[in-house]
Amino acid sequence: MKIHEYQAIEIFQKEGVPVIDGHIASESGEAAGIAKKIGYPVVLKAQVLAGGRGKAGGIKFVEKQEDLEKTFRQLQELKIKEYGIEKILVARAVDIKEEFYVGIAVDNLRNSVVLIASSSGGIDIEATARENPGAIRKFYLNKDKSIDKTRWLEFICPVFKDSSHQQTVTAIFQGLIRIFFDNDCSLVEINPLVIDGQGEIFAADAKINFDDNALFRHEDIYKMRDLTFEDPDEREAEGYGLSFVKLDGNVGCIVNGAGLAMGTMDMIQLTGGQPANFLDVGGSSDPEKVLNAIKIILKNKNVKVILINIFGGITRCDDIAKGILEAKKQLDISAPLIVRLAGTNEGEGQELLTQNGIRTFSTMREAVSQAVRLGRES
Amino acid sequence: MSILLDENSKVIVQGITGRDGSFHTKQMLEYGTKVVAGVTPGKGGIEEHGVPVFNSVAEAREKTAANTAVVYVPSRFAKEAILEDINAGVELIICITEGIPVLDMVEVKSAMEGRNIRLIGPNCPGAISPGKSKVGIMPGHIHKPGPIGVVSRSGTLTYEVVLNLTLRRMGQSTCIGLGGDPVIGTRFVEILKMFMDDDDTKGIVMIGEIGGEDEQVAAEYIKSHGDKPVVGFIAGRSAPTGKRMGHAGAIISSGDSTADAKRKILKGAGVTVVDFPDEIPGIFEEKLIK
Repeated sequence: MKIHEYQAIEIFQKEGVPVIDGHIASESGEAAGIAKKIGYPVVLKAQVLAGGRGKAGGIKFVEKQEDLEKTFRQLQELKIKEYGIEKILVARAVDIKEEFYVGIAVDNLRNSVVLIASSSGGIDIEATARENPGAIRKFYLNKDKSIDKTRWLEFICPVFKDSSHQQTVTAIFQGLIRIFFDNDCSLVEINPLVIDGQGEIFAADAKINFDDNALFRHEDIYKMRDLTFEDPDEREAEGYGLSFVKLDGNVGCIVNGAGLAMGTMDMIQLTGGQPANFLDVGGSSDPEKVLNAIKIILKNKNVKVILINIFGGITRCDDIAKGILEAKKQLDISAPLIVRLAGTNEGEGQELLTQNGIRTFSTMREAVSQAVRLGRES
Repeated sequence: MSILLDENSKVIVQGITGRDGSFHTKQMLEYGTKVVAGVTPGKGGIEEHGVPVFNSVAEAREKTAANTAVVYVPSRFAKEAILEDINAGVELIICITEGIPVLDMVEVKSAMEGRNIRLIGPNCPGAISPGKSKVGIMPGHIHKPGPIGVVSRSGTLTYEVVLNLTLRRMGQSTCIGLGGDPVIGTRFVEILKMFMDDDDTKGIVMIGEIGGEDEQVAAEYIKSHGDKPVVGFIAGRSAPTGKRMGHAGAIISSGDSTADAKRKILKGAGVTVVDFPDEIPGIFEEKLIK
């Protein structure tokens, strides 16, 4: 789960991470009040849960009061990756002398939490990692999550030369470490961390992502979720316990297991069709899930054919068949259903469908090629 | 031979009285797996499908000398269950549970450091050495003993590949699902090493997917140690960037974690990379039989 910059700033403030004065506004009058309080020039920052905000024009400087309303309106009318802007952060404009990157993430290959610092802040950190890996310093946290002196200085000194800056950044990292572990984060990032003309350090941006699997123990975090930035169908699917991602094609897919679901989409695409979605019905055996999956897929008007590819392990094919029959009864399904059932209870499942006039395919290849053909003909 | 599991594997089922744990205990017993104990705290003394249930892993180990544990307990208790195995000295832990918080797994991994314990998963189908032992949730009947080692980040896609092999009379030495989470107990490279050292494994299938760097690390290893034919498949060529495809680990976050980048790196290491799962048996027919 992701949260907005202004929400992350609130969490930073609680842990003593220095942030730039500012406040959130939904309309221009409110913004003018905030700007007056903190003093011009100010920066207006669109709050969106999508990358590429700067490039899309989502950050604007305002020199004087007369320009505020117009610039604020411009931002309100902006769309970033199809998302409208509802909230805008009004912050003091800092005179930036230097920009850094600091962050905390999980390094999967090392199975460890890693702190990252770089003097190449403000730009695409992944590109830097690829092109100039030496510019990125890493510090792997030990079991006790402590910052041990020798390793720490090796990490921090090449990036921050001044000893008072080193002290401040160490305190910032300690705050970020607390945030990371207390909230089950998957990413905590300041990009850029800036030093201004007076040598003061501030977080000029704030990004926190959370581990979805751990949200059950962080109700306060879950409450911060902004649903306006989520696809309503994907959200509905989540409510049904389905994993769903909408795509552009016309072959609706219902598959059990993420790997097989991707493999099915790939086969559709490589044999001349276009998948309309990724949908994993998950590992449990529940006819209701199939019914709900078909419901979600039927909402997409591009869908011309529905491909159901099941390889039962935990999932039992007869339960899937029951779900399909229930969907036939309850829903108006005009798109043809192409069904492939294999694995646990495949015989029972196939028989149930055949009895009700639904043909089943025994291999993935046959089912996919039939679905692709129907998708192309339509 | 086989790797990880054989006819001597003695298995403890954690969460044996739960819905999944109970169902799959029955399935494993029917397959011939030596399930010698179950653990559900507070339910010690009863039996489940004829298997004695204990309150703790330590007690189960002491009474039955089990060397393997399989974890079906719900995600919020899974960390404690695995730590219990580690402390009781279980040699092989297979964790089926999905949805475990990443930082819980970081803690588990650090508790395993310096100890001779192998963890497979979490969020995986488990492992099977056909004809010998099945520990997990995969359908046993699609497997057949033979010379192909299968290692995968996926569950059902692995079944698809295994069925295709079996239908072409190509049996398997051991099949392992590593799991779809970012932090997992065992990665490709460790299993590849075991397969390369296993006399009964003549060819290897590795099934990867978008996200992470495991396939890249595996490619490095295969380049310098690849004396057995490896056939690779990478799922997610049609996946968009930045969207999580079901598995927490299956998300394209950089150019290097796309399916095409991984396919290229594996090909460069001498792996035969196929477009479709059903092409895999044909490749082995060419490479192993001629």
